[in-house]
Amino acid sequence: MTQDASLGSVQLRGFTRGFHGKKVLDDLRLDVPAGQFVALLGESGSGKTTVLRALAGLDGEAQTEGVASAQGNVSVLFQDSRLLPWLSVIDNLTLGLDAAAVRPAAEQMLRDVGLHDKAQVWPNTLSGGQLQRAALARSLLREPHVLLADEPFGALDALTRMRMHGLLFRLVERIKPTVILVTHDVDESLLLADRILVLKNGRIAQDYAVDLPHPRRADHPRFMDLRSTLLHSLGVDTELV
Amino acid sequence: MNAHSPSLPLESVDARTAPLRRPRAPAQAVARKAPTLVPPRLAQSRLLIGPALLVLVWEAASRLGWLSPATLTAPSQALVTGYAMVIDGSLLPHLLASAGRAYSGLLLGVVAGVLLALLSGLTRTGEALLDGLVQIKRAIPTLALIPLAIIWLGIGEAMKVLLIFTAVLVPIYINTHAALRGIDIRHVELAQTLGLSRGAFIRKVALPGALPGFFVGLRIAVSLCWTALVVLELINTQTGIGYLMNRARDWGQTDIIVVGILIYALLGLLSDAVVRGIEARVLSYRRALGS
Repeated sequence: MTQDASLGSVQLRGFTRGFHGKKVLDDLRLDVPAGQFVALLGESGSGKTTVLRALAGLDGEAQTEGVASAQGNVSVLFQDSRLLPWLSVIDNLTLGLDAAAVRPAAEQMLRDVGLHDKAQVWPNTLSGGQLQRAALARSLLREPHVLLADEPFGALDALTRMRMHGLLFRLVERIKPTVILVTHDVDESLLLADRILVLKNGRIAQDYAVDLPHPRRADHPRFMDLRSTLLHSLGVDTELV
Repeated sequence: MNAHSPSLPLESVDARTAPLRRPRAPAQAVARKAPTLVPPRLAQSRLLIGPALLVLVWEAASRLGWLSPATLTAPSQALVTGYAMVIDGSLLPHLLASAGRAYSGLLLGVVAGVLLALLSGLTRTGEALLDGLVQIKRAIPTLALIPLAIIWLGIGEAMKVLLIFTAVLVPIYINTHAALRGIDIRHVELAQTLGLSRGAFIRKVALPGALPGFFVGLRIAVSLCWTALVVLELINTQTGIGYLMNRARDWGQTDIIVVGILIYALLGLLSDAVVRGIEARVLSYRRALGS
């Protein structure tokens, strides 16, 4: 894929967002180069999702200042899979695309996420993990320059979530989008991200580069170091964890 | 699946509660059952128990002489009369005439109701222009429009079809419009992030999402299209079930009146069953595994 240097880059400049007069995000500044995997951590209500929605173009409200831009094709992975219940799984994947032209690619993508035998079924026959795999396939079928993921595994059970981490990592390695992953799961961010941002009081309070080789192990000393640092900056006392 | 599997927790619960039990019980492992708060589902055929009972009581009352034929004919007598009318060919022309009126009004009402709901549900101009009008129409009883309709269209078929049409339009519009307005915002956001065009959004997201609402309206409409007929067929006509029933009233023939009522009941049930069948097929995606 030949890419313009700016395709896939993500920028926030003086981004300020208020809700009912209260500033949730305050003069946010962020540069993400193309291809970087960024995890956005923060307590609930810290504005993580607001950042993501602004980048996805879903935040049309008035109380916004500044710039939030993502260059190139943008795909969004929501916490709920949002498959349309009246379309088969494969029709959900190709929704909005030239269905006939992308069908082979869609079938391949379903194989990649282990749902090749589910192409023709209705979404409400799938389990939560299968639904989210289909949603992942839908977002990556578009070969996006930027993948915006809003706690995509938050509603899954722990075992399914671990499998999803591996799947997401493999597919991102292949398609190489810039990823902004909003999560409240410190381990998830440490397993996947190149860079971890902690959002606090409407600003980016911490910006860590995660310099661990893949595949990452939770018992690596550096992993554990970063983990307690991150938990500390999120206000969790690691002595008790 | 879950009802019997966790035998271990059940046993431990039994062990804890054992001292509270009567000495006779402990040897058997009794599966604990949550209290039944909602009655179990009824088989479809059992829904007929109530109507069958009514017919039985009615028939018995007639046979025992508690109900005179001048007040109400026995159901068996109504069946005999109905059968005779089918055989001598006096029923079918009336039935066809009524069905023609009811279903042309229904067809027009469904088409117009859906079009208006789309205009009003998907454009602000349409909603500003149309919604208030339909809401006002909804408040006016169909029969109150008869005098005006007669002045405008005379006392012929056009007037009758128009009134059925306006009656049917309302539930189709109201339910389809409500479903379009109540579209899942998450699906709208999805369509936005997938870059769907307006046309694709309407075809793939808005319309399929509004179908359940449309079917609710259609089920009301198929029975509604018959209700106005009885009164409308009082006016300048020699055909129709309503005409038959009114003539029978003049002559005190309660058996023919009951035949008319039975026909309405059958048509209502049949129409509803047909719509439900179509609905089940079109909305088959709703049937998940295990539900």
